[in-house]
Amino acid sequence: MHEQQRDYVLRTVEERGIRLVRLWFTDVLGNLKSFAISPAEMENALNDGMSFDGSSIDGYSRVQESDVLAIPDANTFEVLPWVDPKGAEARVFCDIARLDGTPFDGDPRQVLRRNLERSRKKGYSFYIAPDIEYFYFAPPVSGQQPVLLDEGGFFDLTSTDIASSLRKETIRTLETMSIPVEYSFHEDAPSQHEIDLRHTDALAMADSVMTFRFVVKEIAALHNVHATFMPKPLEKIQGSGMHLHLSLFTGEDNAFHSFDDPYNLSKTAKQFMAGLLRHAAEITAVTNQTVNSYKRLVPGFEAPVHISWARNNRSGLIRVPIPKRQNESATRIEYRSPDPACNPYLAFSVILAAGLRGIEEEYELPVEADANLFEMDDAMLTKLGIAQLPQSLSEALRVMENSSLVAEALGDHIFEWFLRNKRDEWRDYKTHISQFELGRYLRAL
Amino acid sequence: MTSNFSFKVTGDQVNNMVAVFPTPPPIDLARTLDLAGYRWKAFATGAEAAKNEPTEGWAGAVVMCDDDPEGGWAFCRSLRKRDVPVQRVLVMVSGAQLPDLELRDDLYDDFCLAPFHPRELEARLRHLFWTELSGKLEALVEYGGLVLNLETYQASFGGQPLDLTYMEYELLKFLAQNPGKVFSRETLLSRVWGYEYFGGARTVDVHIRRLRAKLGEEHANLIQTVRSVGYRFGQSKWSI
Repeated sequence: MHEQQRDYVLRTVEERGIRLVRLWFTDVLGNLKSFAISPAEMENALNDGMSFDGSSIDGYSRVQESDVLAIPDANTFEVLPWVDPKGAEARVFCDIARLDGTPFDGDPRQVLRRNLERSRKKGYSFYIAPDIEYFYFAPPVSGQQPVLLDEGGFFDLTSTDIASSLRKETIRTLETMSIPVEYSFHEDAPSQHEIDLRHTDALAMADSVMTFRFVVKEIAALHNVHATFMPKPLEKIQGSGMHLHLSLFTGEDNAFHSFDDPYNLSKTAKQFMAGLLRHAAEITAVTNQTVNSYKRLVPGFEAPVHISWARNNRSGLIRVPIPKRQNESATRIEYRSPDPACNPYLAFSVILAAGLRGIEEEYELPVEADANLFEMDDAMLTKLGIAQLPQSLSEALRVMENSSLVAEALGDHIFEWFLRNKRDEWRDYKTHISQFELGRYLRAL
Repeated sequence: MTSNFSFKVTGDQVNNMVAVFPTPPPIDLARTLDLAGYRWKAFATGAEAAKNEPTEGWAGAVVMCDDDPEGGWAFCRSLRKRDVPVQRVLVMVSGAQLPDLELRDDLYDDFCLAPFHPRELEARLRHLFWTELSGKLEALVEYGGLVLNLETYQASFGGQPLDLTYMEYELLKFLAQNPGKVFSRETLLSRVWGYEYFGGARTVDVHIRRLRAKLGEEHANLIQTVRSVGYRFGQSKWSI
């Protein structure tokens, strides 16, 4: 690390009277983990990292010794804006390393770093802009249905007022934390909101998604509201997705753009899309990692079900948005299946791996599916050669299991742990007796 | 005619206020000084320059001797022959006037051939100012409500602390130290990031957008996009 960068952090800690520095990192499932150190320890942390016992972190367990090092990424050092200035706090994202300093293969951030390095060696930097949807509810009571903000006089203000002021406060906080917002709006569903982030390179964006989820929940909680990124919290209402706008840049040039193509898509873009489509089923367990994720991926709610692409058809898996004006840097593709409950480091890793495979092996892009796929029957779809995304976590895991692409992208440690953990989740779900079954069968059978 | 930006140094009184002869100065000279970020005032005589001297003194002078050599050299003499001589005097002479430099070494610190190349003049001025300022240069960079304290690495806007990441701070510092100048993405990348960057040239755009967001809507235009060229901090009187 640069001497100057270290000085910058240490000096800021001193000048701003920082009382606690929170070291942030992410477990394999995408949960934000944190431990705090006193400012006095910061210099030491920047020089040598802080060791901690990784065995309590999901996916960090190893057979041999369990201690790992958290090494702060000084670039991400930031004062937390919502904390009382008298007890100011800061956070910094960490890379996790083994005690000998080599990257720890259970750390999702290191996994993304490794995949981005691969792409950089081919001359590409990977840019992502996510559109993140989420719901605001009344604080949940265990075992009860979620309560919408506009139900039952939960607030004195109308729900629209409180929700939009929450959203405004959230955006202000995000912008002071280096996360510029492109758009934000109230989604179609009651209590649902969407915030679109401005594109950055994939590593910064994965950090931003982690910060985003934390900030949204934190600001809501300060107002006694519960924000959730659960993919499908309400049965008859559309779920929350995290559409990802993707592009590759070579230096200043958008490698996805071509002036000669009617859709302005370069050969690189088409091969990347072909890679994503061909490997979509394999990576779905990572981009949609909960049992609940698959209740969002059903027909009728603008969520993708079929593995297809189109210029402007929101039922497809990949959409090619029409850029505003003739702006070549805005040429991009939108991958629509991921949900905001995924681990962004791992999701971005497998998406990149799938796209790059398409470029390396020069895959051919299938024809555009511009009709509304939801209205076609299965026979018609089969005739068009359009397959479906996995229908359940179990199915997604089965496809992933046989994917050398995903194993390579995630590394053996995470690949195996993830499959084990998620099969357990599926087993728990499978043995659960649901309200649906009781209602349907208890009396009738 | 003065531009609205300045390099300021806390504690001591070094500034970048330059006395210029003649008045009005040739348009090329005014433009070069403005774009390089100097503050300046032009005068017809050394006496006038002395009368209008800023409290912190003239930081330097640029004297055109090509059209009016007598007036020019008289201007130099009056800047030098006083209790506290003005330092960093740059004279401009035509090729035919080069012999005039002889025996006048005490009257100037550097010279430039007229007609001059703007890049050359800028480089010579930067070098003249560098030796004096390098040790204590710009402990405080100010522009409008923005203050960067280079010693403590702290930024504030309108008196409120502005929390920046290291790279945001470095980028803003570089831009604010060169107000009015246009930089390409590549230049910013190599000057601010060096070669150890992760996200490619688009990283610059990402950080500019973050800085604008942190400066707030009403000040976001402090950093301007110059279409198909790059970025500029602050206003430029010259439409480039």
